[in-house]
Amino acid sequence: MSAVGQTRRSKETVLAYAMLAPLLVVFAAFYYYPFYRLIEFGLFQKYGNSSDQDFVGFQGILDVLKSDDFLSGLWITIKFMLYTVPAGLILGVLMAVAAHRKLRGIKIYQTIFSSTVASSVAVSSVVFLTLVNKQAGYFQNVAWLDLETTGGAMRAVALSAVWQNIGLTFIIVLAGLQAIPEDVNEAAALDGYGPIRRFFRITVPMISPTLLFLVVVLVVYALQAYAPIEILTAGGPQRSTETLLFKIVNNQGTTDLQVGASMAIGLFLFTLFVSVGQFILLNRRVHYDS
Amino acid sequence: MTAETTGTPGPAGTPDVPTPRPRRNPRTPGESTPIGKALWYVALTALALLVLFPLYMTFIRAISGGAASLFQKKPRLTPVDTDLGSFWSAFTEGKLAFPMLQSLIVTVIIVVAQTVTSTMAAYAFAFLNFPFKKLMFGIVMGTLLLPIEVTLIANVQTMYDINLININPEYLQTVGALTVPFLASALGVFLIRQGFLGIPRDLLDAARLDGYSDVDFMWRVAVPVTKPIVGSFVVISFLTAYNQYVWPRFAVKRESYQTVQVALRGFITENPNQLNWGFAAALIAAIPVLILLIFFQRQLVRGLTAGAVK
Repeated sequence: MSAVGQTRRSKETVLAYAMLAPLLVVFAAFYYYPFYRLIEFGLFQKYGNSSDQDFVGFQGILDVLKSDDFLSGLWITIKFMLYTVPAGLILGVLMAVAAHRKLRGIKIYQTIFSSTVASSVAVSSVVFLTLVNKQAGYFQNVAWLDLETTGGAMRAVALSAVWQNIGLTFIIVLAGLQAIPEDVNEAAALDGYGPIRRFFRITVPMISPTLLFLVVVLVVYALQAYAPIEILTAGGPQRSTETLLFKIVNNQGTTDLQVGASMAIGLFLFTLFVSVGQFILLNRRVHYDS
Repeated sequence: MTAETTGTPGPAGTPDVPTPRPRRNPRTPGESTPIGKALWYVALTALALLVLFPLYMTFIRAISGGAASLFQKKPRLTPVDTDLGSFWSAFTEGKLAFPMLQSLIVTVIIVVAQTVTSTMAAYAFAFLNFPFKKLMFGIVMGTLLLPIEVTLIANVQTMYDINLININPEYLQTVGALTVPFLASALGVFLIRQGFLGIPRDLLDAARLDGYSDVDFMWRVAVPVTKPIVGSFVVISFLTAYNQYVWPRFAVKRESYQTVQVALRGFITENPNQLNWGFAAALIAAIPVLILLIFFQRQLVRGLTAGAVK
């Protein structure tokens, strides 16, 4: 009997690893190996075409992470985050609250609000060219969105990202609202809660896990912003919209690779920091609920 | 992680409050009075216009002919020298057809591969026992911390090493470079595994007694039962793969093999006097995903809410 169990178990192990194999190969080759390579690239400074390289060590990586270039990229990325995340969240909640009611034709509004999901980062950036481009944009004379000023360029890039994220934010918040049992709101109304008090005392607490989840998603998107910057501003003016990822991809040449790889490690650490923060917040939330 | 938010609204009805009022509370100005209703329509319409305005301008710019009418000192809300031909010129002059086809080919390869690899892995994690199972699951989920944006420049070097990036590659090499890093997905494993975990284990044991192999059970029972979840993943996977920008931008050296998302940028930079083609191309590029949004709305919403990780 135990011998049969033994073969059954080893057969199961073989089958399991056979089923995992394709996935593990892809993850090893294109997720973990490149991470190892980033560290390796960060440790060695290469030169031109020759195969010479200097070992700069972890100090070399640290030097990049302390450099003005990296810190300015980090700051611009954080600024981009601060421009896009709260605005996106507030707009999404506003639209979801407005569209979460029984009205004739509400489906049409819901479809319109979700529609920007179909727009990729590239499409939204091109779409925003028709608004902010200095020659062809409808708002070309509006100083607030002037691509030739550092402030205007940042706002224009952020706005295109906010617009692109509206669909996603709307869909997720609406699903959160729909999950609130109707009687909870009705009971509160019978207790004399007005609509505004009901929104802040009942709706917001009940969808807060959804909102937290959205914050994380939007933060991660902001960390990875690239297309709107390349298409709308090309990093300018005076490098004022060069986010971390923009700087990373511009440091891919042989001699720059040490810098680019070290910056990518910095981006990873920042992403990790955000993810760990999310994990801690979510855990605390669970304890709070139970 | 937000699976609980995807449920339908709970059973409506408060039988212990005997009241002849309509279901909606009259204290909500919104739905019951005509004026309240009208105000909501005004608010909704204002928000809808806000969302649609950029698309409207894109359409107007796309049908405004040539440089002279595009570069107006005083921008107008209506088309100038209306010319619907730009949607056609985007294909003939701008050569949009190949990038569109390229995007669709690459997307289909990625979606099919991700669905197959994720389903197999999810089955192993949900139904099989094997050594280092927890560690393996950790390794799979750990990839969520290593998005392509972080590993981009190292992966580009790898593509050079295995000869998938050249100035003058064979077409298949480019397709390889565009797809190989995306043949597996942690999100897919996570979602489909959740679905499989909802299947009672007894069912597997009974099927085994009936002589079903694991592969039989996976394809004939587990996958059909979790179809809605697999469907959601397929939609999300399509959306993500088709909309990619950064990886194709740096993994493809030959412009004519580029995907449509990156080709859009070329339209703009290479035809500065025919920006209307670029604007038309942007609208065309969004059509496949728009179709997805219209016909598979339920799957899309479920997928996005279950794990809008990316």
